[in-house]
Amino acid sequence: MSFNNIYEIAGSAMRSQTLRLNTVASNLANADAAAGSEQEAYRALKPVFSSVYQTSQEEMQVTGASVQMLGVTQSQQAIERRYEPENGLADAEGYVYYSNVNAVDEMADMMSASRSFEGSVEVMRRVNSMQQSLLRLGKG
Amino acid sequence: MAINFDKALGIHPYALQARVQRSEILASNLANVDTPGYLARDYDFKAAMADVESQFNSGSGFLPQLSMEAQYRVPYQPSLDGNTAEMGVEQSKFNNNAMDFQSSLTFLNMKIQGLQKVIDGR
Repeated sequence: MSFNNIYEIAGSAMRSQTLRLNTVASNLANADAAAGSEQEAYRALKPVFSSVYQTSQEEMQVTGASVQMLGVTQSQQAIERRYEPENGLADAEGYVYYSNVNAVDEMADMMSASRSFEGSVEVMRRVNSMQQSLLRLGKG
Repeated sequence: MAINFDKALGIHPYALQARVQRSEILASNLANVDTPGYLARDYDFKAAMADVESQFNSGSGFLPQLSMEAQYRVPYQPSLDGNTAEMGVEQSKFNNNAMDFQSSLTFLNMKIQGLQKVIDGR
């Protein structure tokens, strides 16, 4: 009986979703950050997920798949350039560069991440109760 | 001997084992619900049980082996990133599987209680 694997799988999903929420928080916090040049401007962070397959030794069959974070990429969307000559960060031509964070995208991402997280918590709860009732086997 | 303990419990231990294995693959589908390109998998419980039953009936004297082959899920609505795990579908299947696990456990408990009564001579 491989309950431990299920905890590991649900745990990996929770870990990944937490990291995803982390990037959302960073993006929202820096949504209004200004910079003096296009290179310095804040670019939205996006996590990349990938599956890690677990296979049975004998038949090389997939018996489970956990999630891992491959890394964090930066959004390649256009940086917003605003003409604000009175801003202290303005460049020689009077432009300030704002982040390319899309607040609506981030909110949707946040909801998706927390839903998935809750799903994993539910999986753990169910597996826990399955395991507990298995331990009571034969006691009526 | 009148009671054969290997056969006394019938198919239920195998069903229980299959339920645990299936909950692992369904948990994987739920975990990878946001992974691009992930293909959801599931076991054919009915076929696995039929296989165990035929092994029982073959009269070989060996205990049956549970063997399940994962098959790809056909999504109701394919998503753009190639992921075929759908949150609602997987969640309902996972909960359904957990309930079936409890049923199998109940059957097993009843079998064990029956054996207990025979041993006690009540």
